[in-house]
Amino acid sequence: MQFTLNGTTKEISGNPAARLIDVLREELLMTGVKEGCGEGECGACTVLIDGEPVCSCIIPVGQVEGADVVTIEGLGGTHPLQELFMNEVGAQCGICTPGMIMAAMKLGDKPTLEEVKVALAGNLCRCTGYSAIYRAIMKWKGMPEPDNADKLVIVE
Amino acid sequence: MAAVGNSVARKDGIGKATGDARYADDLVFPNMLHGRTIRSTVPRGKIKSIRYEFDTAGFTIVDYRDVPAKNAVDLMSQDQPFLAEHEVKHMAEPIVLLAHEDKETVNAAKVVIEYEAEEPMFDPEQSDVVFKAIDIVKGDVKAALGRDDVVIVEGTYSTGHQEHVYIEPNGVIAVPEDGGVAIYGSVQCPFYVIKALRCLLGSAHPNVRVIQTETGGGFGGKEEYPSIISGHAVMLALKSGRPVKIIYDREEDMVATTKRHPSIVKHRTAVTRDGHLVGMDIDVLMDGGAYVTLSPTVLSRGCIHAAGPYSCDNIRIQGRAVFTNTPPNGAFRGFGAPQTEFAVEVHMERIAEALGMDSIELRRINALKPGDKTATGQTLRDDSSAHMVLEEALRRTDYLKKRADWKGTDKAIGLSLFYHGAGFTGAGEKNLKSRARIDLTPTGVRIAVGSTEIGQGTRTMHAQIVTDALGIPYESVEVAQPDTSKVADSGPTVASRTCMVVGKILEECSHEMKEKLGGLTPAEYYAKNGELSIERMYEPPDWIQWDDSKYLGDAYATYGWGCDVVELSFDPDTFEVKPIKITAVQEFGRPIHPALARGQIEGGTAQGLGYALLEKVVMRNGAMANGQLTNYVIPTTLDMPEVDVVMMENPYPGGPFGAKGLGELPMDGPAPAVVNALRQLGIDVRDIPATPEHLSTCAVA
Amino acid sequence: MRTTMSEVNLRRAASLDEALGILREENRTPIAGATDVYVALNYGTTGVRQFLDIWALDELRTIVKRDDTLVIGALTSYTSLIQSHLVAEHVPMLAEASRLVGGVQIQNRGTLGGNVANGSPAADGVPVLAAVDAVVVLRSIDGERRVPVNEYYTGYRKTVMRPDELIVAIEIAPVIGKQWFRKVGTRAAQAISKVVMAAVRSDTPRIAFGSVAATIVRVPETEKALSSGQSIDEAAEILGRELKPIDDVRSTADYRKRVSMNLLKRFWADTD
Repeated sequence: MQFTLNGTTKEISGNPAARLIDVLREELLMTGVKEGCGEGECGACTVLIDGEPVCSCIIPVGQVEGADVVTIEGLGGTHPLQELFMNEVGAQCGICTPGMIMAAMKLGDKPTLEEVKVALAGNLCRCTGYSAIYRAIMKWKGMPEPDNADKLVIVE
Repeated sequence: MAAVGNSVARKDGIGKATGDARYADDLVFPNMLHGRTIRSTVPRGKIKSIRYEFDTAGFTIVDYRDVPAKNAVDLMSQDQPFLAEHEVKHMAEPIVLLAHEDKETVNAAKVVIEYEAEEPMFDPEQSDVVFKAIDIVKGDVKAALGRDDVVIVEGTYSTGHQEHVYIEPNGVIAVPEDGGVAIYGSVQCPFYVIKALRCLLGSAHPNVRVIQTETGGGFGGKEEYPSIISGHAVMLALKSGRPVKIIYDREEDMVATTKRHPSIVKHRTAVTRDGHLVGMDIDVLMDGGAYVTLSPTVLSRGCIHAAGPYSCDNIRIQGRAVFTNTPPNGAFRGFGAPQTEFAVEVHMERIAEALGMDSIELRRINALKPGDKTATGQTLRDDSSAHMVLEEALRRTDYLKKRADWKGTDKAIGLSLFYHGAGFTGAGEKNLKSRARIDLTPTGVRIAVGSTEIGQGTRTMHAQIVTDALGIPYESVEVAQPDTSKVADSGPTVASRTCMVVGKILEECSHEMKEKLGGLTPAEYYAKNGELSIERMYEPPDWIQWDDSKYLGDAYATYGWGCDVVELSFDPDTFEVKPIKITAVQEFGRPIHPALARGQIEGGTAQGLGYALLEKVVMRNGAMANGQLTNYVIPTTLDMPEVDVVMMENPYPGGPFGAKGLGELPMDGPAPAVVNALRQLGIDVRDIPATPEHLSTCAVA
Repeated sequence: MRTTMSEVNLRRAASLDEALGILREENRTPIAGATDVYVALNYGTTGVRQFLDIWALDELRTIVKRDDTLVIGALTSYTSLIQSHLVAEHVPMLAEASRLVGGVQIQNRGTLGGNVANGSPAADGVPVLAAVDAVVVLRSIDGERRVPVNEYYTGYRKTVMRPDELIVAIEIAPVIGKQWFRKVGTRAAQAISKVVMAAVRSDTPRIAFGSVAATIVRVPETEKALSSGQSIDEAAEILGRELKPIDDVRSTADYRKRVSMNLLKRFWADTD
C-alpha cells in the first residue's frame, strides 16, 4: 500500500492491522512520534492524517492508504512554533512536545485561549501545567500573552 | 548581559521540539533483543513452580539463579531482590526475565507460575513491620497539652498514593561492550544505577557505565526504580551477549513501579485562646509497601516538615514507615512533605475555627520568622520568608474581600502556607561528597556532572552559573551528556539540590578556573597550555549542625517558602470542584532562569492540583486496578485553571548567585489550599484526593 | 498484555456492498475509527482477531434530512457531528455530547455508529439517542431493518445486531421539547463518564442515563411519574429506586445514584 509521509510517497508492505505508530517509528524511523499510553489518551503519538490530528497508537496502518500523513519530522525543524516551544519553556522534558505541536497545527488564525485549550485537551503534559504551552502558541499566532508576564518582587 | 537572572536560550537545543531528541525507546542497537519482565500475580506467597509454555528456542531466560553476585537492590537497605527467589511480597514483583529479538514473540510467551498464597497485609495501621521510626522532641509537649489555659484541637488527615505519570514510561537498554556493559536509559540518577549494578554484578564485571538518554519526565519516579530495570537488562545482556532493551508499557509502569507514599497524620494541638500554638503532638504513618526503598528518608522529610512553617516551643513528631504487601512506594517530588504539610495546613484551618479566629490571623501569629526555631531546633536565618509570601498572596488575590464576598455562594477561596527544605537532610550533603567538574575545550568550557536534565532545565541553569562565574560568553559553555565514565558524580538529581548544591560546586569550580586562566580566555589558554579540568567537592556551610540520632539541629541549609491561594467553584449537584485560579507566591532565593523557574512552579502546581482533586490509585488485592491513563486521571488543559506565579527573592548566601532549591516546593501547597477553600463552603474534608465521590460523603462542617 | 498484532487480521472493504458480502462469508468484527478496538488490542482485553475495516465507506458519512427525519451515516465522526448545522438545529445535545468525547484526536476518528456498536454503557452519544428514541438502521445483504435504540441492547455489550449486519445509519425523528444533556466525567476533558443524562422535556418527558447500568437505559417509571404530574422530588425518589448502578474503578454506586437524582432535578428546573 501507498501513502504520503511528510510529502514523500511511501510504499509499505506488511500487515494492514499493524499500528500506524509502529510502522512510523520502526519501519519509517519517524521516532519523533512518541508512545505514552497506547490508548489514545496522552496524545504524544499525534500525527496529522489529511490535516486532522489523530492518535497513531490506535490506528491500523491500513487506514492511511492513500492518505497524507504528517509527523513532527514533516515540519522540517524550522517551524516557528518549534523554537517558541523551547524559548517559552512549553517543552520541559519534551516527550509530549511533538504531539502538542502537531495538535496545535489545526488551530485557526486568531485563536482564543479557550480554543487553544480545547485543541490541546487530547494531549497530556505532566511537566508544565500547560501555561507555557499556551504562551508559545499565542506568541506564534501573534496573540497577546494569555496571562501576566513574569513578576519578581525584590526584597531590600 | 548577565546570563543568571535572564531567560537565556536553553542548552537543550531544538531537538525536543523537532522530534530529533533521542529517548530510550528511540535507540536501536545491532542484534538487539527485547526484554520482558514476568511478575507475580499474588500479593504474597511462596513460588511453587514456574512453567514455560512456549518454545524457548531463541529466548534468553533469566531467573534469580543467574544473578552474578548479590540479588539485592543496593539502596538504603538491601532487602529488595532484583528477582524474587522463593517468595513474593507484592503484586507485580519481578520473578523471571525473557528476551527475544522479536518484540511480539517475547510478549506472546506464556509463563505460568504457581504460588502457595499467603495472607497479605494491606493496612498500614495494622502492620507491625516498621522500616523506620522517627521521634522528634522539642520542649515538653505533654505539659503543654495539659495546660488548663489552652484549647485542644485534634484531627486525622490522610493522603492517597500518587502516580508520577511521566509521559515517557520507564525504559533502558543494556549494551555489552569491551570488558563491560553500558546502560542507556531514562534515569534521574545514573550513579544510583552504578551502585546497584556493582552490588548485583560484583567484582567479576567491573566496567559498567550509565549514559542518560533524553528523559521524558521523572518527578522522583525515575530516581530509584531504574536501578531495577537496569539490573534486569544487564542480566539479560550478559547472558545473551547482546544488547537488550526493556521498555515498559503504560500499564506495567503504573502497576509495577513506585508511587507517592500514602499517609495518615494525626494532630493534637494545644493553642491559647489568643491563637498561640503552644503544643503540637503529631503522629505520621507512611505506607512503605513491600520493601524499604527510600521510605526512611521520605518519612524523615515528611516528619521534619510536619509542624508546618510555624513556631511552637513544644513539639513532638513521631513517625513510622511500615511494611505492607503492596508494590514499594518511593521518591516523588516533595518526598513526604506534601503529605504532612497537607495535614498541618488543614489542621490550622480547623484550629482557627475552634478558636473562632480568622485563620489568616492565626497564621500571622505563628508563622516562622528569622530567629525562630523549627521543630528540630534549627534557628532560622534571614532568608526565611513565611510572612512575606503570606502577605503578598493576600494582597495580590484580594483574599479577604473575596472570602467575604463569596460567602453563601458556590465559590470559595482558600490558602496554604508552606515551606520546603532544599538539598539533602541534615548531614546528608556532607556525607554525599558530591563532585562537579568543568573541562576546558578549544572554544570554551564543558560542564561534566552526573546531574540529569529531566525537563527542569539542569543543562541551561548550570551553564548560566558557569557563564557568569567565569565571565565568558554563554555560547561557549557546553554541557556533557551524563555518562558515568566521563562525568563527576554530582550526586542524585533529587531533593531540590541540583541548582543549589551542584550549581554551587560549579560556581566554585568556575572561580578556581578563572584564577588559573590568569586573564586569558578559555580558547587562548587551551591553545597555549592544552587541557585543563577543575573538579571540586561540595562543602556545605560550616555552621550546619545535625544530630541524626536525635533528629535535632539544622535539618536544611535553607528553605523555600510558598503561599498558594486557590479560587474555586463547587457544583452541589455533582460534587465537582472547578478550580478557577491559583496564585502561587513562592520564594526560592533567586531564579537563575525565570522562565524555567516559572515552569517548575506552574508544573508542580498542576501536579498538586491533581493530587488534591483527581488522582486516585484504586488498589484491589494489593495491585493498582486503574493502571491506565483513562482511569487514573491527571489534569488536562481544561482541568487547569489560570496559574498566577509570583516569584519572590530572598537570596540564600550559600547558593549560587543566591539561589535555593525550587523543584519540590510547588508540590506542597495546592492540596491544602483546595481543601481549605472547600472548608469555606462548609465541606469538612480530611482526606485527599477530594474526588466528587469523596466529597459526596463528607460532613458539612 | 499487548496483543500480538501479527495475529490480527484486518480485511478492508472498499464499498458497502463489498463489506456486506464479506460479513456474510466471514466472521469479522467491523471497525471504523478503531478508537475502542485498538485500545482493547493494546491492552489485551479483546480476544477478537478477525476484523473488517469499513473506514473507507464514504457513503456512510452523510448527514441528511429525509422528510422530517435526520439521518446520520454510521461513519459520521464526532467532529462532523460538532460541525453539522443539521445536528445543531435538530439535536443540539448530540453536538454537545460529541464535544465531550475524548480529545480532538478521538473526535476525528470516533464515529456515531461505532459508539452504538461498541455497546459501552459509558458511551457519551448513546444516551442522547436513547432520549430521542433514535432508530438504528442495520443492513445485511438481505436488506435493511430498523431497530429502536432502546431495544438495541440486550445486556452488557450485547446487542441485537447479527454478525452479517452493519450499522449504516442512525435516524432521529423531530424532537419536540427542550433538550437537556449533562455528562459527569472523571475530569473536565478526555473523561470517561460516571453519569450521563440526556433528556427531552415535554408532556411525556423522555429521560436516558449512561454509566448507571449494564446498558444505556431509559427510566420509564420516572418518566411516568413526571408525565402523570407527580412532583420532581417524588420523581427523583422513584429514579433512585429505578437505577441500580455499580461500584467500579471510576466511581461508586452511591455517588452515581445521588448525582443522577440531582441531575434529574436540575433538568426539571432548567427546562421549566
